[in-house]
Amino acid sequence: MIIELGHFALILALAMSCCLAVLPAIGVHMEKAVLMRTGGSLAAGMFVFTLISFICLALAFIGDDFSVAYVARNSNSLLPVYYKLSAVWGAHEGSFLLWCLVMSSWTLAVALFSQQLTDDMRARVLAVLGSVSIGFYLFLIFTSNPFDRTLPFFPSEGTDLNPLLQDFGLIVHPPLLYIGYVGLSVPFAFAIASLSSGKLDAAWARWSRPWTNAAWAFLTMGITLGSWWAYYELGWGGWWFWDAVENASFMPWLIATALIHSLAATEKRGVFRSWTVLLAISAFSFSLLGAFLVRSGVLTSVHAFAVDPERGVFILWYLVIVIGGSLLLYGIRAGKMGVSVGFGWLSRESFILANNLILTVSAITVLLGTIYPLIYEWFSSGQKISVGPPYFNMVFVPLMLPLIVLMALSSGSRWRRTTTEVLLAKQPLRLLLSGVVCLIFCLLTSTWNLWFLAVSFISIWLIVNLLADVRFRLGKRGFAGLLKQTPSYYGMWLGHIGIALSALGIVTTVIMSEEIDLLMSPGDKTQIAGYDLTFEGVERVMGPNYSADRGIFEISRQDRVIEMLYPEKRLYSPSQNVMTEADISVSFWRDVYVALGEPIGNQAWSVRVHVKPLVRWIWLGGILVAIGGFTTILDKRYRRLKIARQQQFRSDTPVQASLA
Amino acid sequence: MMKTHRRNQLLLIAVLILGAGATLALVMQALTENINLFYSPAQVVAGEAPVNQRIRAGGMVVEGSVQRAVDSLQVNFLIGDLRSAQFPVVFEGILPDLFREGQGVIAGGNLNESGVLIADEILAKHDENYMPPEVLQMMASEQEKNLP
Repeated sequence: MIIELGHFALILALAMSCCLAVLPAIGVHMEKAVLMRTGGSLAAGMFVFTLISFICLALAFIGDDFSVAYVARNSNSLLPVYYKLSAVWGAHEGSFLLWCLVMSSWTLAVALFSQQLTDDMRARVLAVLGSVSIGFYLFLIFTSNPFDRTLPFFPSEGTDLNPLLQDFGLIVHPPLLYIGYVGLSVPFAFAIASLSSGKLDAAWARWSRPWTNAAWAFLTMGITLGSWWAYYELGWGGWWFWDAVENASFMPWLIATALIHSLAATEKRGVFRSWTVLLAISAFSFSLLGAFLVRSGVLTSVHAFAVDPERGVFILWYLVIVIGGSLLLYGIRAGKMGVSVGFGWLSRESFILANNLILTVSAITVLLGTIYPLIYEWFSSGQKISVGPPYFNMVFVPLMLPLIVLMALSSGSRWRRTTTEVLLAKQPLRLLLSGVVCLIFCLLTSTWNLWFLAVSFISIWLIVNLLADVRFRLGKRGFAGLLKQTPSYYGMWLGHIGIALSALGIVTTVIMSEEIDLLMSPGDKTQIAGYDLTFEGVERVMGPNYSADRGIFEISRQDRVIEMLYPEKRLYSPSQNVMTEADISVSFWRDVYVALGEPIGNQAWSVRVHVKPLVRWIWLGGILVAIGGFTTILDKRYRRLKIARQQQFRSDTPVQASLA
Repeated sequence: MMKTHRRNQLLLIAVLILGAGATLALVMQALTENINLFYSPAQVVAGEAPVNQRIRAGGMVVEGSVQRAVDSLQVNFLIGDLRSAQFPVVFEGILPDLFREGQGVIAGGNLNESGVLIADEILAKHDENYMPPEVLQMMASEQEKNLP
């Protein structure tokens, strides 16, 4: 019964989305305020029905209703209850239901927090969000219905959730990532609404900025957590594989990063208007493209969703309609935005332009590498290839270095015009300082690698510049001056510091990690990167739905025991799946990572040991970037507008009262 | 003043063209250097796969073919298709959790002169029902060939 209720609620949500796409738009067309204002309640309805549907599916998981095909495939009565809940989004159908829930939440949020918009604009934005949702609901209901039953002969026990997904990572990573992915539909909706109304003034940039920053911060968070999860869960200590599905989330991130910068320029100075609109369209298009690559199964990836060609075809058509339609509108309308605002050739605007150029190009190179196997297969009539991570490293890293240089230089830049003297006057000192810090770093670790030298030098230089900028802004007022700065400034500052820390973490981990795979018998000792590792043996342990061989390792340094590590090799009983659970000695400066391979006989095991310096900095940086993104939303500027609007509203009230 | 403006514009355009050219060259080179061609067991056996060049080859791990060394992490096994074509693989390291006899895998590495694939990566997917698309298609097309 609950299942039918969930299915029915989903269909009602589809109906709501159809109304949302049509009614406010008609209202705009006929200039009927009553119709325009239906947007809010329709958005609420869409959200409520999607939520009901989601809760119904969650109840089916908790109640072990294996007559539902999706539950039977992805759950088991032995599964702990929190994994039963997260299993709701553990595979294709349920994760797309989560996607729809997130979409309707963003739509409701826009309806609730866009009081500062004119009725006309608000109706347009909600109508676009409604139209986008229709496609999602149709896809869910017709190609990936999570409520399909296996009646009358349903299994008495479920197959179990993939053991890799029975982890804290599954609970947090997909929701955050989806909030980011789907959140990019909001700037898209604002862009389309502005294009259709023909009013592409700086106001639309101000409206969409907090939304874009929020979506982007969530996306950053999702990607960072995903990388961390892959690192500790997949059992081979990698944190980024340039896998097709990772790229699918990384491309929208790159474009969205370009977008938040270009939006800032559009809002503050009115420049790059049509370019910003194009970026808003591209960012959402890339996130749809990502969904297509992940869910159609056209590419080989570690993230294997069940493959069904029908789904691929559906998303492809959806992509064509959404991207084609919005680009067509863009083509018709963008030409009429011809307001040219000049800026000096050395100014914050030109820095942002360069940033956008590099980010867009790098997104395109990642795209090329990701879909090159498809292109190649097409042109060579069937020859299969794969593009290895070296391609991405070779192309992506040289593109990122100038980006960090730009970040460092731009911290002192001003809008409109910056003189070379202002920009460069203090650089010799800062360069010298960073050079010295970098040299000390190299001496301490005795690493003389050119890449390491280059990346750490410019990252440290960026940090020095950012610190110097704070000092400059403090002036003589001390902490009082600190409070004077806007949240936007702090957001920028945190974001850039985060990038510098991540870059330092990445280059140090890549260049200085030590990794060995070896055979160890109980009592064996090995040395790696100054640590002694002793294998003391293996014991049997039982989990709720698995049994495991648990290795006992002692890490010591100069005869002082640092930590005991207990990596496991688990056998999940329902599915008979084997899984490696690594154990990691975590610290700010380095990780020691130990994973069990296989028993080789005679109580000997193959063991994987990694020592990874500064690996935590990669995610620490990512989290700082996300916090930076969230900080910018606090800026009073976005609320001041609301107050102004309310005042304007008050003067409008008598007229509206008489209308009512 | 106008002249410096013009000069700057020219400079900008030059930088853009140079940058675009450099990126394009980089991309093209990186692509040609880093693609791994995929071969089926039949192709490897027939000698169609290049020797001493990085390739990927995939199929099923032949039942009963996995042999481990006692004193190192070396593993030898055969990858085969549904018919009789099979080739030997040598891998030194830790195999993925889902590596099993009778399951689909992709091995990456170099073929040596005697037709042994010296693998440096073994991919088995994190889902027991999942088959790499390459292997799946390969088997589908072979089944078609088998039809009279």
